Parts: sequence; C-alpha cells; structure tokens
Amino acid sequence: MRITVWILAGLIAISNLFAQDTQKDGGLRAFRDVASVLTSPRCVNCHVPVGSPPLQGDDSHPHNMQVARGTDGKGDNPTMRCSNCHQDTNVSTLHGPPGAPGWSMPPAAAPMAWYGHSAGQVCRALKDPQTNGNRSFSDLIRHVTSENLVNWGWNPGPGRTLPPLSHQQFVDAFKVWVAAGAPCPE
Amino acid sequence: MSVQLTVNGNPVRTDLDPETPLLWFLRDELGLTGTKFGCGIAHCGACAVIVEGNSVRSCVTPVARLDGKRVTTIEGLSSDNSHPVQRAWITEQVAQCGYCQSGQIMSAAALLAANKNPTDEEINRAMSGNICRCGTYVRIRRAIHRAASDMRETAR
Repeated sequence: MRITVWILAGLIAISNLFAQDTQKDGGLRAFRDVASVLTSPRCVNCHVPVGSPPLQGDDSHPHNMQVARGTDGKGDNPTMRCSNCHQDTNVSTLHGPPGAPGWSMPPAAAPMAWYGHSAGQVCRALKDPQTNGNRSFSDLIRHVTSENLVNWGWNPGPGRTLPPLSHQQFVDAFKVWVAAGAPCPE
Repeated sequence: MSVQLTVNGNPVRTDLDPETPLLWFLRDELGLTGTKFGCGIAHCGACAVIVEGNSVRSCVTPVARLDGKRVTTIEGLSSDNSHPVQRAWITEQVAQCGYCQSGQIMSAAALLAANKNPTDEEINRAMSGNICRCGTYVRIRRAIHRAASDMRETAR
C-alpha cells in the first residue's frame, strides 16, 4: 500500500514537471510569434533606442528631415513635431505620411527599444516596468489589443508591408505568452 | 460639419468637407495665396503655416483638425513685412526663385518663437523639413541668425 502511494506521488510530481515544461515551451513558442511582430518594420521603426531617429520604410532607414524623438516622443521642436505632418489617418497617396490618433514614438523615459535587439532582450524589456512604461501584463494586453498606434500596424497605408501575423493572431500569441508566465528566450 | 478657426487673427468658419486640406481652404476659399502647393505629401515644406505655434504642413492637414485652432499664414506674420524674419530675409536677399520662401519663413518664425538663439546645428535640424531647390540654405541660415539677433536686441 505504502509503495503504491509513493509511486502515485512520484508520477504526479513528474507529470506536473512535464506540464510546467509544456506550458513554458508553449509560452516560448508564443513569444517567438510575438517577437516576429514586435521586430517587424511597422513596430520597430518607432521602437528605437534613445538617440536614434525614428526609421522609415520596410528597409528601416532613418526618417528624412532629421526628425528626433523629443522628450515626449512627439518631436523635438515646433518645426518638427510629429503631428506637423502625421494626421489621425494615413495620407492615401504613395509616400504620404502615415497617420493614426496620437502619432508618436515611445517617450524618451521609456523608449521600449526593440530595434537591433534579440528576441530575449525584447522579451525582458517588454516585461520590465522600468522599460515598458510601467505597464502590468494586463496593461500590455490592453496596449497590444486596442492602442491606436498598434492597430495602425495592420492598416499602414500604401507601400508598407503588414506584420507577419494578423492582429488577432498577434494578440492571441501575446495572451498565451502571458498565461504561460511570460517566459523569455535566452 | 462646421469648422470654426482663427486665421491671422480673424475668426472664420467653413462648411467644406472636413477632409479638405487646409491649404485649399486658405488659397481657394480665403484667397490667401502666399502659402504654396509643393509636393502635396508633406515632404517639401512649401505649404507650411503656423498652427498653435507649430509649423504644420497645410497640404495634408484636414480642416476638421483646425476646429478652435489659431492659424497664421505668411500674410498674417506682419501687416507690413516687418516681422524680424521677413526683414532678415530681405536684408540677406535669401530668395532665388522664391517658391519655397513662405514655408521657409513660417518654419523659421516658429523656430525663433521657441528658441531665441539657435545654433547652426539647431537651425539645420529645425529647417530640414523645408526644401529649397535653388539651394539657398546658407543664406536661409544667415537670415535666421540675423532675425534671432534682431529679436534679442528688441527684447532688451
């Protein structure tokens, strides 16, 4: 009897370990999908390190006109505010400025820089309130689900490719990653 | 939808399609033809006007966005070309063909309203959205320094 109990307890412990591993693996797979979007030009062109200009185009070249972030992420002087050119909607002409309500880069205090970073670095920066704009996981889910600038990524106007996943697939993967404990690749 | 705004100190109202670019409202409805059409996609700066202190590209700005806002065009910068930037433009003989100059002057005025003593680098960056196909950039920068100096003198 005693031996049977020990065997059962051992099996349960092993199956829990497998379940944890499976959940973590699922989270890591989901984050690979998340990272494929976060590091696509539609996201990374504005998610650049402090000191870098915003980027443009599918080749992520520096924004014309020496545009700079400024402290609030909306441009650094009255001649170069983002909203001087970017409206609430895309200009429909090819090469016209894209637009969405609140067009801006992340602020200098929380640049959320993904550009040039590995998936693991992006993951750790995304989770850290010091670098993610002091957002909780539920804030992050809300951000990727309904933020105007995130949604713009799937309505980028003419001449700009879409991220590799649909918005719904991206949000679903994000939720799977969070539910799995937000594991990060090395 | 009716949009009410202030242009050069005068209250105006329009019932145009809210998506109509501000540039066409200024030129075709108000007859303020000093603001020019250049590229039509906010790349050249010829259409720049000042909205609430910022040098905004009127060719892509829908009038709906201007509700309750103050717009200044080149005609409203001064009544007699006496704005320091205008005076400096004449003194330095900046213009060659002149097509870009109203946008250049508006951006320069917006810059100097915020920065009374810009460096060369600050001028270069601030004016990078205004293109001059004649290449008068050296004179533009000289005129902005002159205007800044005049403004500082006047403020003393």
